[in-house]
Amino acid sequence: MATKVIMPQLGESVVEGTVTTWLKKEGETIAEFESLLEINTDKVDTEIPSPAGGTILKIIVPEGQTVTAGTILAWIGEPGEVLPASLAEPVEARPADTLRQAQDIALPQARPQGALRAGTEPPLAEPVEARPVDTSTSSATAPVAAARDLGFISPVVARLAADKKVDLTRVKGTGQGGRITKKDVLDYLEKGEKAEPAAVAAPWETPGEGDLFRPTELQFGTEKPQAEAPGLRQAQPTAPVQPVAPVQPAKGGEQLIPHTTMRKRIAEHMVNSKHTSPHVTTVMESDFKRVAAHYAKNKDAFARDGVKLTYTAYFAAATAAALRAFPLVNSSWSDEGVIIHPQVNLAIAVSLGAEGLIVPVIPNADGLSLLGLARAINDIATRARAHRLNPDEVRGGTFSITNHGTSGSLFATPVINQPQCAILGVGAVQKRAVVVEGDAIAVRPMVYLSLTFDHRILDGASADGFLAKVVEVLNNWPD
Amino acid sequence: MAEITMIDAIRQAMDDELARDENVFIVGEDVGKRGGVFRATVGLFDKYGGERVIDSPLAELSIVGVGIGAALYGMRPICEIQFADFIYPAFNQIVSEAAKMCYRSNGEWTVPMVIRAPYGGGIGGGLYHSQSVEALFAHIPGLKVVIPSNPYDAKGLLKSAVRDPNPVIYLEPKKGYRLIRGEVPEGDYTVPIGPAQVTRQGSDLTVYAYGMMHYYTLQAAEKLAGEGVDVEVVDLRTLYPVDRQTVLESVSKTGKALIVHEDNLTGGYGGEIAAIIAEEAFTYLDAPVRRLCGPDVPAVPFSHPLQDWFMPNPDKIAQAMRDLAAY
Repeated sequence: MATKVIMPQLGESVVEGTVTTWLKKEGETIAEFESLLEINTDKVDTEIPSPAGGTILKIIVPEGQTVTAGTILAWIGEPGEVLPASLAEPVEARPADTLRQAQDIALPQARPQGALRAGTEPPLAEPVEARPVDTSTSSATAPVAAARDLGFISPVVARLAADKKVDLTRVKGTGQGGRITKKDVLDYLEKGEKAEPAAVAAPWETPGEGDLFRPTELQFGTEKPQAEAPGLRQAQPTAPVQPVAPVQPAKGGEQLIPHTTMRKRIAEHMVNSKHTSPHVTTVMESDFKRVAAHYAKNKDAFARDGVKLTYTAYFAAATAAALRAFPLVNSSWSDEGVIIHPQVNLAIAVSLGAEGLIVPVIPNADGLSLLGLARAINDIATRARAHRLNPDEVRGGTFSITNHGTSGSLFATPVINQPQCAILGVGAVQKRAVVVEGDAIAVRPMVYLSLTFDHRILDGASADGFLAKVVEVLNNWPD
Repeated sequence: MAEITMIDAIRQAMDDELARDENVFIVGEDVGKRGGVFRATVGLFDKYGGERVIDSPLAELSIVGVGIGAALYGMRPICEIQFADFIYPAFNQIVSEAAKMCYRSNGEWTVPMVIRAPYGGGIGGGLYHSQSVEALFAHIPGLKVVIPSNPYDAKGLLKSAVRDPNPVIYLEPKKGYRLIRGEVPEGDYTVPIGPAQVTRQGSDLTVYAYGMMHYYTLQAAEKLAGEGVDVEVVDLRTLYPVDRQTVLESVSKTGKALIVHEDNLTGGYGGEIAAIIAEEAFTYLDAPVRRLCGPDVPAVPFSHPLQDWFMPNPDKIAQAMRDLAAY
């Protein structure tokens, strides 16, 4: 049984390739994965390994020809194996010099010509699937989502679609994995296409990519306004700026969500931060027993003063104390040297839900009592959500805290809020079985603290010293 | 109208039937002076005497055998099996004699007998006091199998069972005896054997249940309502002969079916409902038919954590509903 060698698709947008060199000739033997030919595409030049070991029975596409991905290039089989004549015919092969012209009239269906020859057998049990050369030339009247994979169609959906003549490609699926449910069809029938459910959740609203992982944007965006369109980068950490193929909207059910200004700035700052600082994250855990007890005892008293006490206040207090003990963490990198900030200005990430988030600053946080911190946090959080912060209040932070635990995260690797030196990520407080003094196992409210720091300024030992101090303050919170 | 417990409703039904028809009598272990281990027959011995409320030997075969003989003679026996777990010694009498009598005598002889048996787990009863036996009897043509889920049905169905000309297996969810309360009219009424009942209207999915699991299912459905999932609940009430029409109507409306029972999954009664739906409502289905059942282990464990693991409960049912609703 002969094995076919096909032109691979070497990337999302790469639909064709040119055979540059055959490294083996017909009749030669080849081992599986041994290089068989070289090809050239828009983006890469590469060697293609042989999909099987054996003898090269027939080379179908000669050097210099450009063919679409999926086209059969050659056949490999047993020595002496005779290839049926119908298989030895070139299919869907075009000389490179006619490529431009061919593309101009390219047909979406791109049927293999060999299959159309009268009197020949179908070339293969498996049709030679040639991908559309250029979807942009397909007819404007074609169904928008014709290529959409509808997924599993339940019996009732199939029946309703048949009875009511519903084109299921036009029905938005809301079931598991985007499956079209009975309800989706009924809604479609009732409301028509206009009333399709609202756009899917934006990527930053989905768990795991929550905005709490990206705690900078407005603070520096207001200081360094940038032209929006040029120089825009993709929000892929560590990826250097590269020209990116334009996104083709609405292909295969994809959806384009235009960037908001906030989203663009978040992207800029995230990429900028990752390019600026070598990020290292260290994680410790704190026993929250004493803090929890203190909280339970004092929250009502605070409430009488009109202050909602939260765990964030304790984290802020412990952080401020630790920053006093380790001033090197309260710093910024400069080419001339490390700048130690005289004030402890704590930036606290506040989620604005779907909009994004904002990082208002509590100046001189080390001078505030727990009550003062709680009051300040209440104040900035409330006003942040009401869009009533003053521009000054999102500037000048020297250290950031992000409480990703509010969305259930245990620990995270937050991105540094430039030009600060470090950011503390606070996980969810969770009861866990831990070993305590005397080798006893106890149920304790525990929390993971993640410190992401700029390795230019801090080394592991000094960062751990700071984080250990935060833990120490929390673990030994006075009654 | 008075709110009473399941066990009170069952006692009321027997009291009424004993008073109504002198051919009715009760036979079982400890049903007389003791009033039954679950107190189902308390007071009846004093009221109707030892000839109509008869303490039997600890021999289930003879309880049912005596019942069959008396029924053939024109009596209306109510046989109490103390726990459904102990019904197996009488299995031959029930399956090979009682169930087949009408058929083999071409309708000339019938066995108008009720066999009452408390069934089900969750009461810390362990291996020998927790079993669910409904699937075994719902497989036998010639029997009727009834399981009430509330006091009103308990009374009305038991009266229908006593008056039925053929043998009825009347299974009582013992965990609900004193837990499930409801309004029950004084005096005579019946609930027909056969029809199921839609006990909660909904549009997103249907849950089929009976007995204790129906009680839990209603609780879970209430919880799901708070989450925006609209659950329809069908109380099957009579397992054999099953009310196919109600079963099919409901799933045809919602497109999704979940069957809940505490009996083991494999060969359990839920498979029958699933098969009926698959055969007759296939083109109405929007999701696979699902079952939430006791696991395939030999018995309900005595250990409380393991018993909890075995038994379906409102949380487990709610989760199964969520999963199916999300499909």
